[in-house]
Amino acid sequence: MAAVRTSSEIALNRVAIVSVLIATLIFLAPIYWIASTAFKPKELAITVPPTVLFQPEITPFIRLFTKRVQMQKAVDPQVYEAAPWWEKRIYDGGERVLKVGKDVQLSQYPNRFMNSLIVAIISTVLAVGMGTFTAYGFSRFKIAGEADLLFFILSTRMLPPVVVAIPMFLMYRLVGLNDSHIGLIILYVAFNLSFSVWLMKGFMDEIPKEYEEAALVDGYTRMQAFFKIVLPEAATGIAATAVFCFITAWNEYAFALIMTNRRAQTAPPFIPSQIGSGLPDWTTIAAGTFLFLLPVAIFTFLLRNHLLRGVTFGAIRK
Amino acid sequence: MASVALTHLDPASRAAARGWSDLTIRNVFIIPTLAFLIVFNIFPLIYSLGYSFTNFAANRSDPWQFVGLQNYRELLSDDHIWSNFVITAKYVIVSVAGQMIVGFGLALLLNRSFPMKGLITTLLLLPMMMSAAVVGLFWQLLYSPSWGPINYVFGLGDFAWLSNPDSALYAVAITDIWMWSPFVMLLSLAGLSAVPQHLYEAAAIDRAGWWYTFTRITLPLVSPILLIALIFRTMEAFKTFDIAYTMTTQPTAELIAIRLYKQAFQQWDTGKSCALAYIVLIMVLAITNLYVKYLNKVKER
Repeated sequence: MAAVRTSSEIALNRVAIVSVLIATLIFLAPIYWIASTAFKPKELAITVPPTVLFQPEITPFIRLFTKRVQMQKAVDPQVYEAAPWWEKRIYDGGERVLKVGKDVQLSQYPNRFMNSLIVAIISTVLAVGMGTFTAYGFSRFKIAGEADLLFFILSTRMLPPVVVAIPMFLMYRLVGLNDSHIGLIILYVAFNLSFSVWLMKGFMDEIPKEYEEAALVDGYTRMQAFFKIVLPEAATGIAATAVFCFITAWNEYAFALIMTNRRAQTAPPFIPSQIGSGLPDWTTIAAGTFLFLLPVAIFTFLLRNHLLRGVTFGAIRK
Repeated sequence: MASVALTHLDPASRAAARGWSDLTIRNVFIIPTLAFLIVFNIFPLIYSLGYSFTNFAANRSDPWQFVGLQNYRELLSDDHIWSNFVITAKYVIVSVAGQMIVGFGLALLLNRSFPMKGLITTLLLLPMMMSAAVVGLFWQLLYSPSWGPINYVFGLGDFAWLSNPDSALYAVAITDIWMWSPFVMLLSLAGLSAVPQHLYEAAAIDRAGWWYTFTRITLPLVSPILLIALIFRTMEAFKTFDIAYTMTTQPTAELIAIRLYKQAFQQWDTGKSCALAYIVLIMVLAITNLYVKYLNKVKER
């Protein structure tokens, strides 16, 4: 813009900023609705007009983590008095928490959440580990048909999950990997590996070759130079790549839906399956969704300076 | 003695003499990844290519037969499949066009300095980072005809977005636009910030109007990156499965990926679904090829 601004330019600028703020509110509204529903009393989740302001409570989270049944008659006052605060909240809703002896029975949610964590973390470590080595190889050495190999690697990422899932399902059935953590981890590594190679290659290309060459002159072997010079320099890139791979694996739905049903089921196919056929309890679903989205929201803020790179496979760096 | 003898070599060769050669390291670093991708991506595709010529059904144990090109012939003359492709094309056009307009519009608005710009940009990017299946599920509540905030805010009464055959597909597209406009915005912002300031200054000196500056300077310089966003989103929209699958069961919103899923895992028509998967795959690879071509073009600049 020109250094001297006319009053109409200033006015235009103000209009633009106000529009941005309004757009931001519109874009955040659905996310606010998820977060707020997670803290609503059950009856306020589905009101006309929709409830925006209310006294927040954490009862949906208690429901999320426990197995409950509807009570036929009112709870015995003595039992109610003796119950801990969180159990009272369940009694207040006309339900009771299922127990085996004295142990509270947990719902399936914590198990599905753990499955998501296990699969996402292990597949991320493997994909980023292999991707870092491969990216270094592509960045530093002459490779015949390099462009074709890189295209091949990227194209595996573009395969529609359902297309890959059909043969993988049949093969997993033969070797007994259906509904297993390992089976899902392999699929996620295959899916994230290409991304990790492309993104890490961008980061590796930015580390000056002279660093390693100096180390080689000083008597390091190539491997020592890689581990002691290159890897520390690439630490930021590795972290950013890892967070991207984690988010992708964490969010993945199609493979998880097809390949798992009980033992290894992750949160994305589990949460929609909670809808059931009757009137859904949106507060409990929102509580589960809220906890599931929280890590991604935090990671988005940590990654904010690398997002552009991530979504363009390292091609555009700002 | 040895170190003396090596001094005439270049550093890389001397390092190689001490440990692994560069060639060995290159192979050790690259081959496992290529092998992994071949075993878990290419081999399954070859496997399913074989099944695409059979009448194999994964839920039955009776022997399958080789049927040649019959699956492909049947699919290409099946009106149902064609209607799935038409639905998918409508979806791709509406949702990608929406994303391009909203995303580029947001970028134009954001392309100036103001307080908390970084925070606001990051907040706007949140939707695209979230799980489409899980967030899509929640849009069911937002769209609800009885108590959905959307109908309340826009005064639409009991309009049933997701169970109305005419609107289901567009309701999903709106959610997709909400999720992915931030992607176009992010790329457009990068393109806009790369336009040299002196061009705008020169235009201002020439008293060029806003529209002239926009169409003669901004658009031409940002278009390569907009094209990248367009191709990438087209490819992703074509593959859409999760968001539409969790949001609606309307046949009018049955995208090709959903059709493929149902044929493979609900009807267990495995042989035929392998054939359909190949038809989809070829289309996706064609777009991928285009994408990488333009990506490399932008990269070289």
